Amino acid sequence: MDFFNQDLTSLHADLVAKKISAAELAKATFENMSKTDAKVDAFLGLNEDAALKTAAAIDAKGINADNLLAGIPVGVKDNIVTKDLTTTAASKMLENFVPVYNATVVDKMNQNDLVIVGKTNMDEFAMGGSTENSAFKVTKNPWDVSRVPGGSSGGSAAAVASGQVPVAFGSDTGGSIRQPASFNGIVGMKPTYGRVSRWGLIAFGSSLDQIGPMTRTVKDNAAALNLIAGNDVNDGTSSKREVPDFTAGLTGDIKGMKIALPKEYMDDGIDPKVREIITAAVKQFEDLGATVEEVSLPHSKLGVSAYYIIASSEASSNLQRFDGIRYGFRAQDVKNLEDVYVRSRSEGFGDEVKRRIMLGTFALSAGYYDAYFRKAGQVRTLIINDFNKVFEDYDLIIGPTAPTPAFKIGDEISDPVTMYMNDVLTIPVNLAGLPGMSIPAGFADGMPVGLQLIGKSFDESTIYKAGYAFEQATDFHQATPDLGGAN
Amino acid sequence: MAEERITADQVAHVAGLAKLEFTPDQLDMFTGQLEKIIGMFEELDAVDTTDVPVTSQVSDRRNALRDDVAVKSNDREALLANAPETANGLIKVPAIIDESGDGE
Repeated sequence: MDFFNQDLTSLHADLVAKKISAAELAKATFENMSKTDAKVDAFLGLNEDAALKTAAAIDAKGINADNLLAGIPVGVKDNIVTKDLTTTAASKMLENFVPVYNATVVDKMNQNDLVIVGKTNMDEFAMGGSTENSAFKVTKNPWDVSRVPGGSSGGSAAAVASGQVPVAFGSDTGGSIRQPASFNGIVGMKPTYGRVSRWGLIAFGSSLDQIGPMTRTVKDNAAALNLIAGNDVNDGTSSKREVPDFTAGLTGDIKGMKIALPKEYMDDGIDPKVREIITAAVKQFEDLGATVEEVSLPHSKLGVSAYYIIASSEASSNLQRFDGIRYGFRAQDVKNLEDVYVRSRSEGFGDEVKRRIMLGTFALSAGYYDAYFRKAGQVRTLIINDFNKVFEDYDLIIGPTAPTPAFKIGDEISDPVTMYMNDVLTIPVNLAGLPGMSIPAGFADGMPVGLQLIGKSFDESTIYKAGYAFEQATDFHQATPDLGGAN
Repeated sequence: MAEERITADQVAHVAGLAKLEFTPDQLDMFTGQLEKIIGMFEELDAVDTTDVPVTSQVSDRRNALRDDVAVKSNDREALLANAPETANGLIKVPAIIDESGDGE
């Protein structure tokens, strides 16, 4: 079965009423995946035997009537480590890597009876915006298989958009959940930095990375975030703040909400068709009783440069661990230890990963540190100050998620600067550590366009509340791609 | 002509620091691309950041402390199963010094 006509609420009702068992649901999911994923290539590896056993065990124990996600099949991005299940980060470097422990979010999935059906494709080490940087396969956008699904969580987004799973988990360092959510017409949340434990997320930019859920509806997303959020002793940056019930404020009533629209998010760098859709979304929010006013985030445009210095610097440090010694790829016919390092890294990493390591190593190297790394850290402060100023007067910021709809496979992969500019609207949110979500807002020439909702620190609740009200007033989230009769 | 932002020699030097090696063609490609990306970074020069503090992290935690109690860690056998080469319960690596004598 596909998940086009069901959400977590209806699936859960069927499971509790025993109209379907978790085992039957898992089996039906794999049957559909075998047809659909042949066209989409969202998954790198399946977990069929273990998933069917897990589902049977959940049935034996009984579905927890209070847990919307009990028995639900989910996809997990392949940079989130899963014990005994190959985890590659879409890199040749980790082609045969079998983790010996679970990421904290995976432990939470297991404890809450989720059924992990497989690991989703991504840009290698989450570096990229098209999933074309995977060492293993190119994922297709279900709305048009000649186009990219976005990235780096392109596999998770395509898996949800093509109805293979109702929920998939991704990670977002500069837009890697929100941009593919936008390109695939689904809901993707990048929580506040510290809301979700990063333990077991293969590190890219440690001051920016967050794990978050990708779903077809806002309520499903809120329920999934409920499940993975919270402090973790294994992640010293995970917050000790109380986690509210993110589904609690979903009333559809946003009368009096004060919303800001940054003019920098609507300038001529943004595709006119995208701007048109966002303008219509603004009108929708006003019709719902919110006020929307134009504001300025004057330093937001500088986010791309600051980000590619900061994220690459952190990546160059984080990826030093891949040295061919303890785990991962080791080059053959090496003469000495230096050779193991250099040849293993040169043969094991793809070009985009090397480019980021080179950028980061350069930005941190003697003589350049002040001009690049330190300067970028100062610009990061200015970007944070811009957000703080707006949030003195507003509850929420809205704008497009990405400057364009999904582009064609092969179109931008050879031009790094053009590719990097796809992140211009999502990056400032990571630099400031804020929560941001993309929801379906319309279509441009048949391709989905996402609306980005940016909240105050640790105020995912307001994002969900506004997103839910918009979703209830529109039907964009109900549209489904036609995969040529695969379903 | 504008001064080059980064030369092929510098790229080769940085590659050495990063423990990467490139063929001449790759060195050309990366030099051109890094030149373009670093060119983009120059927009930051125009920003006045006098007295602006550096943000290096956005966590709401200051210190993350836990009780100093030993906990069970990962299993040695399981860890070694991921190592490319092992011997006698240890990770095996090639000689540190090149046996042909021309190592660094």
